[in-house]
Amino acid sequence: MSTLEIKNLQVSVATETGFTEILRGVDLTIKSGETHAIMGPNGSGKSTLAYSIAGHPKYTITGGSVTLDGLDVLAMKVDERAKAGLFLAMQYPVEVPGVSVSNFLRTAVTAIRGEAPKVRTWVGEVKSAMTELNMDPAFAERNVNEGFSGGEKKRHEILQLELLKPKIAILDETDSGLDVDALRIVSEGVNRVKENSELGIMLITHYTRILRYIKPDFVHVFANGRIVEEGGPELADKLEENGYAEYISA
Amino acid sequence: MSTLTTNYLIPSGREEAWRFTPLSRLGGLHDPVVEVRDVISLLAQDLPAGVTLKRVTSSAQFPISQTNDIVIMRIREAISEVLLLEIAKDSEIAEPIKLTRNDTGLAPQLGRTVIKVGSNARATVIIENQGSAILAEEIEIILEPGASFTFISLQEWENDSVHIGRHHAIIGKDASFTSFVVTVGGSVVRLLPTVEYAGPGSSAELNGVYFATDGQHFEHRIHVDHNLPKAKSRVNYKGALSGLNAHTVWIGDVYIHAAAEGTDTYELNRNLLLSDGARADSVPNLEIETGEIVGAGHASTTGRFDDEQLFYLESRGIPAEIARRLVIRGFFAEIISKIHLETIEERLMARIDNELAKVGE
Repeated sequence: MSTLEIKNLQVSVATETGFTEILRGVDLTIKSGETHAIMGPNGSGKSTLAYSIAGHPKYTITGGSVTLDGLDVLAMKVDERAKAGLFLAMQYPVEVPGVSVSNFLRTAVTAIRGEAPKVRTWVGEVKSAMTELNMDPAFAERNVNEGFSGGEKKRHEILQLELLKPKIAILDETDSGLDVDALRIVSEGVNRVKENSELGIMLITHYTRILRYIKPDFVHVFANGRIVEEGGPELADKLEENGYAEYISA
Repeated sequence: MSTLTTNYLIPSGREEAWRFTPLSRLGGLHDPVVEVRDVISLLAQDLPAGVTLKRVTSSAQFPISQTNDIVIMRIREAISEVLLLEIAKDSEIAEPIKLTRNDTGLAPQLGRTVIKVGSNARATVIIENQGSAILAEEIEIILEPGASFTFISLQEWENDSVHIGRHHAIIGKDASFTSFVVTVGGSVVRLLPTVEYAGPGSSAELNGVYFATDGQHFEHRIHVDHNLPKAKSRVNYKGALSGLNAHTVWIGDVYIHAAAEGTDTYELNRNLLLSDGARADSVPNLEIETGEIVGAGHASTTGRFDDEQLFYLESRGIPAEIARRLVIRGFFAEIISKIHLETIEERLMARIDNELAKVGE
């Protein structure tokens, strides 16, 4: 049982004219097995929340705290956060030329588990995870994200989720750029991990479409750098009908 | 020992061809007053059938190509014997032919080598340069029609070495020439990988990798002379630099003559700056005298580590140091993996790891 606790988180980003405040006091607690949808208009700070928790150097934390099972996440280096059990599935996964997917996965799993996976079981583990995600085995020999289609990049993110087995996963706009079939495959992957591991999920999305596949327990409306309304799944239905207009004008 | 009769000009450093080169560190190779040894220092081990290696007098093997490089002109004048490597026509030499030069000492020396690849022959030659040397050399490579030849020159010198060299390929009809020039050691290395064509349908693929650390000067001046129609060239050089006064120079001259219709050329140079105090000069030059070509392009980038790549890897639990190593290995692997010789690839990647370990020391 794990708990990610975000308290009064305030984050700024450096611009040409100085610091601009993006997160203005975010409070959110995610426990194992829970799925929290974070929904909001573009530019509301949803991705900043995701990247700040993962430790992207672009963002400066100006106040508040983030803890995982009581440990100070903000004091950890980026790789230490992953080792502590956090995972960020990125909206725009980065190309790493010359580094094969198989080499990358093995290096990451070795770092997270603290020892190299046994060759015999590892090959099978990767293969079955790839098969479940409808990925061609030849994929493993390609360079990380290089020349991947939008759908391939997202499947590759979920493949990592399956292999790295984090405690809490942040899925940043995982639904963007996916057609219906890819969305279903990716969502099934997330649900499979959740069933097998009591994963806690922060699902960041602009649209309600993905919530048909990944059922949220809680829905949080994000606007202007903070959570402005919270509720159960029914809140998503309301957003589907009314959009974000009332939160932006508020 | 030899001294020159010709009254050469000594480069002053103001000439375009010499403006980047630290003349004071050349051990006198550019200076006709300094005495130089005329020796053949390249050694071969077992040669496969179809390959012959011999010494011939300089007058029996005159230079075939033109040069206006003062040091190369000096070599041509001073040399008495030439090393001649011949690969018989139609032969397929599976194993690479290895020529080595190891620790030949810090007295300046000159050398000239000619490699003749017979028509429709297929072979690979590796030149391994190790230890200490102050060397100026010229290697002319003649590909007869239909030949397919790979030329690998590895500069793994000690830190006190100086190496000036010209690798000039003359590529016959339907022949293909591939080169890998790898420079990871030495004080000053200045190489001129140059190409001209002797028939249509010929192609050149020039690859290079360099990694300069503290104070090292590595200069690669490529010249592709598209003097004939329907020839192809691809140039891809990648370098990394780290440490105070590490300096690399990449010049990519491609000249498409008016007669060279149907030319297809692209050249690329990428440099990765791993620390402050290092400098990479990258100058692509494309001169085109005819519009009737298939394509001509170039790209040059010099930059620091991509923070987004590092963040992506680190966010998967990979420590920063290992993430940097993965990115740099990947950067070079794109070229090194094309050598397709496992022992060489592994040795070079290990050497790159070794260079990388010096970063941040």
